[in-house]
Amino acid sequence: MSDYRIKGETGEWEVVIGLEVHAQVTSNAKLFSGAATAFGAEPNTQVSLVDAAMPGMLPVPNRECIRQAVRTGMAIDAQINKWSRFDRKNYFYADLPQGYQISQLYHPLVGEGSLTIEADEKAGLPEAKRIGIERIHVEQDAGKLMHDQHPTMSYVDLNRSGVALMEIVSRPDMRSPAEAGAYVRKLRSILRYVGSCDGNMEEGSMRADVNVSVRKPGDEFGTRTETKNVNSVRFVMAVIEGEAKRQVELIESGGTVVQETRLYDPDRGETRSMRSKEDAHDYRYFPDPDLLPLELDDAFLAECRESLPELPDAKRARYLSEGISAYNADVLTAEVEAARWFDALLEAGAKPVAAANWVTSELFGALNRLGKDISESPVSPAQAAELLGLVADGTISGTIAKQVFEKMLESGDAAGVIVERDGLKQTSDTGAIEAEIAKILTANADKVEQYKGGKEGLFGFFVGQTMKAMQGKANPQVVNELLKKALG
Amino acid sequence: MTDLTNLTVAQIRDGHRAGNFSAVEVAEAFNANVAGAKALNAFIVETPDHALAAAKAADADRAAGTLKPLSGVPIGMKDLFATNGVQTTAASHMLEGFVPRYESTVSQKLWDAGAGMLGKLNLDQFAMGSSNETSYFGNVISPWKRNDGGNAALAPGGSSGGSSSAIAARLCPAATGTDTGGSIRQPAAFTGISGIKPTYGRCSRWGIVAFASSLDQAGPMARDVRDCAIMLENMAGFDPKDATSLNLPVPDWEAALSSDLKGKTVGIPKEYRLEGIDPDIDAMWDAGIAMLKDAGAEVAQISLPHTKYALPAYYIIAPAEASSNLARYDGVRYGLRDLPQGAGLQDMYAATRADGFGPEVKRRIMIGTYVLSAGFYDAYYTQAQKVRTLIARDFEAAFASCDVILAPTAPSAAFGLGEKTADPLAMYLNDVFAVPASLAGLPAMSVPAALNREGLPLGLQIIGKAFDEQGVLNAGLAIEERAGFTARAEKWW
Repeated sequence: MSDYRIKGETGEWEVVIGLEVHAQVTSNAKLFSGAATAFGAEPNTQVSLVDAAMPGMLPVPNRECIRQAVRTGMAIDAQINKWSRFDRKNYFYADLPQGYQISQLYHPLVGEGSLTIEADEKAGLPEAKRIGIERIHVEQDAGKLMHDQHPTMSYVDLNRSGVALMEIVSRPDMRSPAEAGAYVRKLRSILRYVGSCDGNMEEGSMRADVNVSVRKPGDEFGTRTETKNVNSVRFVMAVIEGEAKRQVELIESGGTVVQETRLYDPDRGETRSMRSKEDAHDYRYFPDPDLLPLELDDAFLAECRESLPELPDAKRARYLSEGISAYNADVLTAEVEAARWFDALLEAGAKPVAAANWVTSELFGALNRLGKDISESPVSPAQAAELLGLVADGTISGTIAKQVFEKMLESGDAAGVIVERDGLKQTSDTGAIEAEIAKILTANADKVEQYKGGKEGLFGFFVGQTMKAMQGKANPQVVNELLKKALG
Repeated sequence: MTDLTNLTVAQIRDGHRAGNFSAVEVAEAFNANVAGAKALNAFIVETPDHALAAAKAADADRAAGTLKPLSGVPIGMKDLFATNGVQTTAASHMLEGFVPRYESTVSQKLWDAGAGMLGKLNLDQFAMGSSNETSYFGNVISPWKRNDGGNAALAPGGSSGGSSSAIAARLCPAATGTDTGGSIRQPAAFTGISGIKPTYGRCSRWGIVAFASSLDQAGPMARDVRDCAIMLENMAGFDPKDATSLNLPVPDWEAALSSDLKGKTVGIPKEYRLEGIDPDIDAMWDAGIAMLKDAGAEVAQISLPHTKYALPAYYIIAPAEASSNLARYDGVRYGLRDLPQGAGLQDMYAATRADGFGPEVKRRIMIGTYVLSAGFYDAYYTQAQKVRTLIARDFEAAFASCDVILAPTAPSAAFGLGEKTADPLAMYLNDVFAVPASLAGLPAMSVPAALNREGLPLGLQIIGKAFDEQGVLNAGLAIEERAGFTARAEKWW
């Protein structure tokens, strides 16, 4: 249970949160037309006659969009409805050419499912929690109005008009901004694993309508407000925090929360009312007579299921079973690209635990420095596996491995080549090491005395000196043994 | 030399193929008739050049031995079909001047089959009406007159009134129509011609300005049954651009035409016997039954018990869909835009739609908006959908004991312009016999069967099983052969 509470004058308040996430379906064409969907194209260059709602134009469902929504449903263990239907949601707006949005109110494609958010003490999530998902339906996106192109008129860009969205509706199961944030991140991760949405919140591929209400713990649900089109995890959390406080203050000062739609202003960090329930549109939903009900056959469903990749939860469990730490497993599974890279590394023969440590520290550190994505990593999983292999079989030490990795990043050469060329192989040549040890002990006679007098902590100093003298190439175990012998 | 404009589609096709005349001669003859019939107001746009170009191509194809099914046949195109480069208005001010850059599937198929276009035919605005009195471009006048010595202008029926009037007046041998609740059959009956609404989904709706999507269906209108079969063959076919299109091969309806109805049973629905109906209508119906018996058919009395709910259900479903389908005419992207000084978006919507739509269109948008509103949806729309299902079941049950159903097309002959405009309900009643087949998506046709005592044509309606256009056409042919309907309007225009 979340212990997140708003402290009001009359006591503590619990926040109840439900999210409706709109995720743009990854597909080359729109939901009901063949027009392209690339982000950032010149205005009105990705618009078909259907998208512009020219007279006599008809929608035809895009099978790929339906497939992606079904796969998404399967990834959250949801009921897939073999019979669903499209409805029209009627309202007038300049960015809505048809005068209605084709959506699914009465019979959505995907029914009840869920996802699990992991425990994360630091983020205020003491334990893992299952969040219910009520439904996923498929619908058209609207176009975009541009108000800055003309002093008195607004321009309309229909590139986005008709693009397929999945609306993923959660149950009101979240109780803190942290849970909501974790939910959005987890959902985004699943969508990206499935490949049904690129999850790019900055480009608007994913946005959330945030439903918030407050109550005294144990009471009935309060009246909720809905804040529309919130486009980052941080903003989702900020909206919840701000909206919950606003509602508590409102109630405690004798007011009542009205069911309304609100907008978030990221610059001012607050929400403001857009329209109340009284002004709410009557959308006059009815089944779209241009479209037949959507009926899915078993072969289609089987193909959808078979095409699903290993999902984050399963992957995480596998990593844990291979001895990888929970922290590393979380880090490695959060982003599908990282997980794929890591799996390729394992496949190339790297040992899981060492590989996980190396990826999360060395590789991520380097990529961070270079400002690169893992997909742009200058070092391939196979090259990294070779490097880790050299450490594992004692050819080089961990310290040398860092140097080799740096050189790999600079030159693109293979680890083995670098080690050979620069003579970085770890030496177990006891003669050479003993010679160095003898020099060091002679030069530090005082410290030898102190060590023998019981200051055993100096052992590390001798190891360091020896390794330095050996330019890091000495096998640390051999150094240890020889030093112990020499120091008697 | 014969007047080429008296020829049927089949006669033009065959005569052209045989070299009896050139396609250009045919086109010129019809172009002349069109140009000389302004008084009928059947066309919104005349396209003589289109007809001539197709005719020249047809003559060249004949020389090259590459004739197509409709080579040399000029036709009229209801102005509800989008035609590339030719104004397409749905007879509304809203789309006045709108020139699409695309061609409807049905018209494209006709051009591909070698047909040419004489012009865009007038109709009731957005196909809403039964008398062609709701067109922004003026009423269409029927070529027919009553035999009472009066000179009353009569309605050509609606909504395909331009099509019916033009065919009856020999301005074109055939035309496209669309039928949502009788808009092919009723005007055909009013003007003494034939017309068939095929099974819902036979003809693609792509590129046809939508009225009520679940009911709209294109079909041909022509002078006889054979011509309807020829035209329909060249209009029908699966279209991946229409999700409700039937994925079925198009039969060779013309080749399979047969008026021998031995082994067939004709159902006579008792609910279509209306109290107080014009006795001429019932007499024609009885004569029709006798004709089908004569053609070898058995006759069975059948019951379609939910018939009386069809009209109210239709006038909920059709306006509901229309209210949504017509939302796109908002002044933003094409067509009329009224942008008063200083107006905002809502003002533009209001001004544009107030100015662009005629009164009947507004009435239906308001009815449709009302029946879909929160709180009324279940009482009206849901209920009407249930009725629709029951009506479809009525037909299914009836077709267990018959092959086709025979009924009048309309409850009266053509009425005078202005006679029913004051009372929308009286106007809606015109559709009473036509609407049930529309709700059930069944093929249905009207063939001219008799003249009433006023000397006006009356039509008989044949309703068939889903996909059985052949059965409908064959029964129509049996009536056509026996009714011997040769009457035509005397030229006064």
